[in-house]
Amino acid sequence: MYTLCHNHEVIDAARLEPPPPAVACRGLQKRYGDVVAVAGLDLEVRRGECFGLLGPNGAGKTTTIEILEGLLAPDAGEVEVLGLRWGRHARALRQRLGIQLQETQLSEKLTVEETIRLFRSFYRRGPSVDEVIQLVELESKRGSRVGKLSGGQRQRLSVACALVNQPEVLFLDEPTTGLDPQSRRHFWDVLRAFRSRGGTVLLTTHYMDEAQSVCDRVGIVDQGRIIALDTPEALVRGLGEAGKTLEDVFVALTGRHLRDD
Amino acid sequence: MTDRGGAFHPVIELTLARLREFLREPEAVFWVVFFPVLLAFALGLAFSGSGEPEIHVGLIPGQGDARAREALLSVPGLVVHDLSPEAADRALRDGEVALVVRPGSPPEYRFDPVREESRLARFAVDDALQRAEGREDRFEPRIERVEIPGSRYVDWVIPGLLGMNIMGTGMWSLGYAVVYARSRRLLKRLAATPMSRVHYLAAQMLARLVFLGLEVGALLVFARLVLDVPMAGSLVLVSALAVLGALAFAGLGMLVASRARTIEAVSGWMNFTMVPMWVLSGVFFSSAHFPEVTQPLINALPLTALNDALRAVMLDGAGVQGVAGEGAILTVWTVGCFGLALRLFRWQ
Repeated sequence: MYTLCHNHEVIDAARLEPPPPAVACRGLQKRYGDVVAVAGLDLEVRRGECFGLLGPNGAGKTTTIEILEGLLAPDAGEVEVLGLRWGRHARALRQRLGIQLQETQLSEKLTVEETIRLFRSFYRRGPSVDEVIQLVELESKRGSRVGKLSGGQRQRLSVACALVNQPEVLFLDEPTTGLDPQSRRHFWDVLRAFRSRGGTVLLTTHYMDEAQSVCDRVGIVDQGRIIALDTPEALVRGLGEAGKTLEDVFVALTGRHLRDD
Repeated sequence: MTDRGGAFHPVIELTLARLREFLREPEAVFWVVFFPVLLAFALGLAFSGSGEPEIHVGLIPGQGDARAREALLSVPGLVVHDLSPEAADRALRDGEVALVVRPGSPPEYRFDPVREESRLARFAVDDALQRAEGREDRFEPRIERVEIPGSRYVDWVIPGLLGMNIMGTGMWSLGYAVVYARSRRLLKRLAATPMSRVHYLAAQMLARLVFLGLEVGALLVFARLVLDVPMAGSLVLVSALAVLGALAFAGLGMLVASRARTIEAVSGWMNFTMVPMWVLSGVFFSSAHFPEVTQPLINALPLTALNDALRAVMLDGAGVQGVAGEGAILTVWTVGCFGLALRLFRWQ
């Protein structure tokens, strides 16, 4: 964009200041009645990285990501996505983001192609409908009704809907929960392809192996706060002899007792 | 030209999506298109038949019952049932007979005067028994049977059915679709895109107008060809009124569905809104039956406005000026409901 600009001052300013982080929030708070879902959370996701939010059920992951996506208003705290605020720049921001929600059921009566066309129509730029279908390898299911798809195929369609505008930041809330190993690996491939074109990813997950294999950095969330934040390797190393995997780190930090939603 | 990667404008894509959802639900097509026609057919059979409707009368055995029976049977259309006193009470309650005669001097008539057919039966029975006792008629009136199209009950009820359908499918198709999408978190997913909320609501309305063409067309063609219901006024004006009515009820449906999270909740509110109008707005019987003080309220209801306007055009050949008041009422409902729905609408 800057190369097309003839105003030299703007170019200089752009050179001096690093681009704003993909996502940044400070002092995020959200409560539902007596329940504190998010208790003063700070976070910064850099451009081009894949950041994973890990945590037990009820830790506040979904509330956090939905606040960052501009779908929930925080009680306190500040959010900036691509240097913009939700209040003033919502429409412009939505053009540049891709969002996959937990448990969205797309319309069962529409076909794969019709669903992608519908979502594509909301955006001013991005790949063609055919390219999106190829991206998630649903060519053979193009004319199938959503109601007839398997769990893995539905998930691919849901990712496709989040990719129709070639977003700069992709938000994924538990994208692989309930999927078989093949579907999960396929999904990781789609993620890698997205990142190879410079895209930023923020995802939440329960799966430690997923975080370890796709995330550059992970933040472990418990009781509405980030209690650890680093690369998966550094977190495992930090545990010394007791740690072999990210799962050991997770259990060591969040305890062994069962969590209910 | 905006790059949409091969997709149409969002309003078109949203409308197409809604139409596809509808057409791929065979039951929905049945309720919207065939059910109104079936209902009209049933009413047509019931009310457009030639010949006089029969009057069923119960007769309790007693002194002089043979003579009474003979007198009653001489009246065309009167059907006599011999009943024990207990059976007679039951038959009266269930509406199997309109009146029960207990012979004697004088004979006793048992009936509920609130029921119209019972009042009719009283006069028919009384006339027959009085004549049998020797009463003389002073004159024989000249009878002219009115069976010309346009003045039968079925002619009056078809515009009411049309209005009722425009209300029912308008509110259900919108309310159901919106709440279904909300309960599946699809609305929330759409709210996460740059989709304009006005585009979404507009597409629901547009899709509604396509269904409207189907249902109104089917009912009007059937009423015209099979029941011989007249069209005194302009078909264009009837169509315009149907569109105006559909928009008003789409708005009302959107308002009712604007916050409900479950299908059960929205169903309750839908019935709460529609049932009073079925009763009050002159679908099957004239709203003139209700007390005078309630009339301004009844006339302000959207279904009353729509039914009155449709009847005025179809039966009396009213022009645009004749239905301007009703048109204004429908417009106010449309604008008011949509404005309010847009403010209250819950996307998650």
